[in-house]
Amino acid sequence: MLGPVDYALWIAGFVFEAAAVLSIFYRKAFARYYSICLYMACTFFVQGAQYICFLKFGFRSPQYFHLYYYSDSLLTILLFFVVMHLYLLVFAGMDTDRHIRAGAVLLLFLTAALSYLVVRQHRTHLTEHFVVELGQGLYFVGTVLTYILWGAMIKLRERRARLVQMVLALGIYYSATAGVYALRDLFPAWRAAMIWVPPAANVWLSLAWTLAFLRTREEASLMVPTLAAKAR
Amino acid sequence: MIPALIYVVSLVVLIQFFVYYCRSVLASSRKVELSARVREAAGVGNSVAADDFQRFLELVRLCPENSADRAGIRAVGAYYSLLHVLARLSRATVPSVAAWAERERQGCSHFAAVALDRRISFSRDLFVQQASSRP
Repeated sequence: MLGPVDYALWIAGFVFEAAAVLSIFYRKAFARYYSICLYMACTFFVQGAQYICFLKFGFRSPQYFHLYYYSDSLLTILLFFVVMHLYLLVFAGMDTDRHIRAGAVLLLFLTAALSYLVVRQHRTHLTEHFVVELGQGLYFVGTVLTYILWGAMIKLRERRARLVQMVLALGIYYSATAGVYALRDLFPAWRAAMIWVPPAANVWLSLAWTLAFLRTREEASLMVPTLAAKAR
Repeated sequence: MIPALIYVVSLVVLIQFFVYYCRSVLASSRKVELSARVREAAGVGNSVAADDFQRFLELVRLCPENSADRAGIRAVGAYYSLLHVLARLSRATVPSVAAWAERERQGCSHFAAVALDRRISFSRDLFVQQASSRP
């Protein structure tokens, strides 16, 4: 049964996802950040579908279970395209970045295709252990990709404050979720204690991106190399 | 074995991303000069000390809440607590890390002072609005 914390996270997720989409339009940044807008809109609608499914079939029903983990895997793949888009924004206007971009695109497409095939093959017996393992793998790939992107941003002396904050927020989201999925795989008995972390991470991501759009101007700059050097 | 490895790597990466994120939030306030009214309200001189953070935070909480800065204050609050533990642990063993943590804590205090300044301005604006709307 869902408690007040679960409902609060659900509502907060709804509100901040809508806020993220609206803030992108408010700042007239859709053309530049269309992938983020699309991802946030999809997350909003998926949460709506999950809520309807929850009301109709209940939290412990197989229908809700399938919808939750199916949509979660598909949203993770969609988020990979956001990462890819962030790569393109960071490496925009460079000639030397072709190989890195090609590698990132290939890795993303391979992961997406492989995940899709694996989920499709297991759709009749989508066990909890399997989906936890899949989620753990997908989020970990996301963590690695975001970490490589962040490393490249430091190397390239990226100065765009909004982009920096968006990538760091995404890194926090990916690493927190991958860590929790790994912990669930290690200790399945702790599942109930950790079930609120992925929705909380989702609230974090939509809130952090909303704030990045509302509070940080596109032209605002930040010294990333200094940020990294002093943090060591 | 693999889940354990993923967990450890994710945790290390999470801490790094969190530290960088907080530093990027702090960087936005680093160049902001503190107004005389904040220094007067908190009883501090030209520069703020690392230990002033809690005092500023208490004063921030006394002001009417402004939803725009709530998330930033919470993130920096968590970062400050992390730095406090790090500074204590490293003081005797790695003095350079302790010195870095102290500088960062000072940055957190400055961030809280800037947040207080903004909240005072926000409160004044609210007061002026209410005063002007009275018949």
